[in-house]
Amino acid sequence: MGIVTVSIVRFGGSNCDRDAERALDHLGIDAEIVWHEDGLPAETSGIVLPGGFSYGDYLRAGAMAARSPILNEVREAAIEGTPVLGVCNGAQIGCESGLTEGAFTTNESARFQCEHVSLRVERADTPWTAAYDEGEVIQVPIAHGEGRYEIDDDRLETLEAEDRVLFRYCDEDGETSPEANPNGSKHDVAGVLGDRETVAVLMPHPERATLPDIGPTDGQGILRGFETA
Amino acid sequence: MSLADSDRELVVEELGREPTPAEAALFENLWSEHCAYRSSRPLLSAFESEGEQVVIGPGDDAAVVALPEDGTDENHSSTYITLGIESHNHPSYVDPFDGAATGVGGIVRDTLSMGAYPIALADSLYFGDFDAEHSRYLLEGVVEGISHYGNCIGVPTVAGSVDFHDGYEGNPLVNVACVGLTDDERLVTAEAQEPGNKLVLVGNGTGRDGLGGASFASEDLAEDAETEDRPAVQVGDPYAEKLLIEANEQLIEEQLVESARDLGAAGLGGASSELVAKGGLGAHIELERVHQREPNMNALEILLAESQERMCYEVAPDNVERVREIAQRFDLGCSVIGEVTDGNYTCTFDNGSGDSETVVDVDAHFLGEGAPMNDLPAEEPSQPDTDLPRTDLEAAFEAVVSSPNTASKRWVYRQYDHEVGVRTSVGPGDDAAIVAVREAECGLAISSGAAPNWTETAPYVGAQAVALENATNVAAKGATPLAAVDCLNGGNPEKPDVYGGFTGIVDGLADMCETLSTPVVGGNVSLYNDSAAGPIPPTPTLALVGTKAGYDAPALSVDADGDSELLLVGDHGLEREDARLGGSEYLRQFDGSDRFPALPDDPASVVDTLAAVADDESTRAVHDVSHGGLAVALAEMVTDEAGLEVSIPVDGGVDPAHVLFHEQPGRALIQTTDPDDVREAFDGVAPVVSLGAPTDDGTLEIDIGETTLETDADAIRTLRSTIESELE
Repeated sequence: MGIVTVSIVRFGGSNCDRDAERALDHLGIDAEIVWHEDGLPAETSGIVLPGGFSYGDYLRAGAMAARSPILNEVREAAIEGTPVLGVCNGAQIGCESGLTEGAFTTNESARFQCEHVSLRVERADTPWTAAYDEGEVIQVPIAHGEGRYEIDDDRLETLEAEDRVLFRYCDEDGETSPEANPNGSKHDVAGVLGDRETVAVLMPHPERATLPDIGPTDGQGILRGFETA
Repeated sequence: MSLADSDRELVVEELGREPTPAEAALFENLWSEHCAYRSSRPLLSAFESEGEQVVIGPGDDAAVVALPEDGTDENHSSTYITLGIESHNHPSYVDPFDGAATGVGGIVRDTLSMGAYPIALADSLYFGDFDAEHSRYLLEGVVEGISHYGNCIGVPTVAGSVDFHDGYEGNPLVNVACVGLTDDERLVTAEAQEPGNKLVLVGNGTGRDGLGGASFASEDLAEDAETEDRPAVQVGDPYAEKLLIEANEQLIEEQLVESARDLGAAGLGGASSELVAKGGLGAHIELERVHQREPNMNALEILLAESQERMCYEVAPDNVERVREIAQRFDLGCSVIGEVTDGNYTCTFDNGSGDSETVVDVDAHFLGEGAPMNDLPAEEPSQPDTDLPRTDLEAAFEAVVSSPNTASKRWVYRQYDHEVGVRTSVGPGDDAAIVAVREAECGLAISSGAAPNWTETAPYVGAQAVALENATNVAAKGATPLAAVDCLNGGNPEKPDVYGGFTGIVDGLADMCETLSTPVVGGNVSLYNDSAAGPIPPTPTLALVGTKAGYDAPALSVDADGDSELLLVGDHGLEREDARLGGSEYLRQFDGSDRFPALPDDPASVVDTLAAVADDESTRAVHDVSHGGLAVALAEMVTDEAGLEVSIPVDGGVDPAHVLFHEQPGRALIQTTDPDDVREAFDGVAPVVSLGAPTDDGTLEIDIGETTLETDADAIRTLRSTIESELE
């Protein structure tokens, strides 16, 4: 593991970029915010696609950002093995850009939902989940209006067969149920892996569950993926 | 609406000629009640706005207050917060989604123009009866508008209030407060500095939206307002606002801004003239240079349109290019529209013909400050008679706990992103929010609200109670009040009874804030909140902030610690066996009237002592007792894991309903492992009564007089889910 420099890609409308920077900084992981037009710095050894409302989400959440030139660089870096983590709007961008499969669309409630939810860690052998045990339940907040995971049945079957579902919404005991699923996501999916396990997207916000001075820190392990990847 | 005859005479006298159409429109808007506070300014001198911590008081875009070192020290740090509050009442009636959204946008830009970064929002909302379909439509639209705009710009909505009262049926209130963060080096004001500096307009293109908004806000709402007045409501673009926030941040960091003002009421004409008037200067503006979104706009439209997401900056000539580059980087329009002068405020317009015509040429100070004040007759409000209903205690408990006013507001705040910014240590749904200001190692507690039932019953004492209630809220989290801003909402001031009530809330709020040594550093006044249904209850929203060391606070809910006791502090009604029910949710539910309860003798000591006790390590939980009285506070403290077994001492002659449901502010429930210590702390300050102890089974048992009320966390949750279950 060499020195890690995580580039946090800021689009117009990103609003969790500073939060990600603060959280990574707290963990001792070097991070800097990169304006999308400036491209990825050469020393980039990790990438965060942060939350927010890139381009105001005016076309479809994440759709415009996914088609911006810097995403070509992100895709190339991902293929070369650079860890990429998409959070919330970053997860929408990840799916829109083909880094990960499926789509995050309008919540079942048709409303924005900001609340704390429980997640079940589906596998612990990825950089993003190495800090947890398989089946462990962690508390991480969500804040989204379009977080319902949608994918066609065949591809979901493949995704599950390939063990690429990283997190599922669950209750405090780790049981999945319609009540514990905050947005109606298919098969309770909260986060998935891309083609490689170094690429992951999730709707919940690990950077909001990292700083001990304001609350619980269950999200730290996810961000530590940049160290272990 | 046009310029009143008497005003026109003043203007003609000052100018020595008839005003041009653009001038007349400027005077009409800037001399409106909304901008010039003609009926309220004579009252506002009641507020104490000074204090050692106050860096900039009322009169700028937002107030600026220094935070104490480490949250508690006497010394003030060079880290400042800004405080601002704004009403967007009439627009939110006509178009709830856009009206509320643009209210958020406006108060955030007021924060930007002080060189601050917005870190928290608080919304206090008032609607007609929850049972009315129209109220629900407005509630849903307003909440969605705030959610859409606030979430998108990445500013957490951490606190606020929602009240329902039939007096708001035809005229809801949307009061939005914003807290920003700045410091002594970043601070910018709205006071123009130097003739020769350029005036630069950054942000959205100017269109014909929101024309005459200021004068629209100063009229009663007609029955057909929803269709008639829609053109006077602006439409917000939170994406542009977010870009503006970040562009502003870079302009401030690079020290490119000499002074700034956001474009709000009366658009460019308002912002630019106020900016230079404050500096005792003038300006020359070439209106055709303004970047526009619509073709063929005339001078008056460019001058007065209230298109959103625009800022006016005073920039030194050498820095103009850099400002332009930054605006361009953020995809924002930018035009150099003129410069600061030491003469009149003048605007010229060339409609493309090559001939430039002078459309405005007035003294900026006269335009901003020349409006004559109204001296209006006020009628003293009368004391309500005492007419008390007889009720079944159990039914009363259910009715009050499930009332939309006291019920859970989760349905509302779940739609607000209250955690973006990673500063929120205590979020909405608690007595007060706590935001971590790591820059000064200071926990900032925020409480915002008013109480229509209280101020309707007793404008003066009710407004005192509103101030005390907000202060008690922050004290329950261990914070001491630092400063407050107010949003004073009233009906048509030309009606003496309405104006009398309004005078009462102004004086009551001012007096209690002074008693609590809490300077009121800024505010907003919104009058003419009348509709066909009549005037609103006088509504003094107070957004109060307090500070503490660290970001932790005691929980609102009890835990099951068997070695602890539950104490009720500050209940004078119980102590004196004279619990007045005036202003209570109970009387609202069961149609009665009574005088408002007497307030504590020394409220400042109650607040200070509570703040100290809350942070004591033997304190397990603290909850402010207010809306819905003791009954609601007890119900809210119970969880699935921990219940309460409570015995309330009342004499035979006292109606238990009075004790359970009166709403005297300045009270709190404290769960502590060291009750003697709490008694000692409050000795000579407020009465302390032991009510009982927690249990580990989630039940609530209240013994009072001859009656025992029994319920549990699950049943309480169902009762408190009124709003959620009706709207999901």
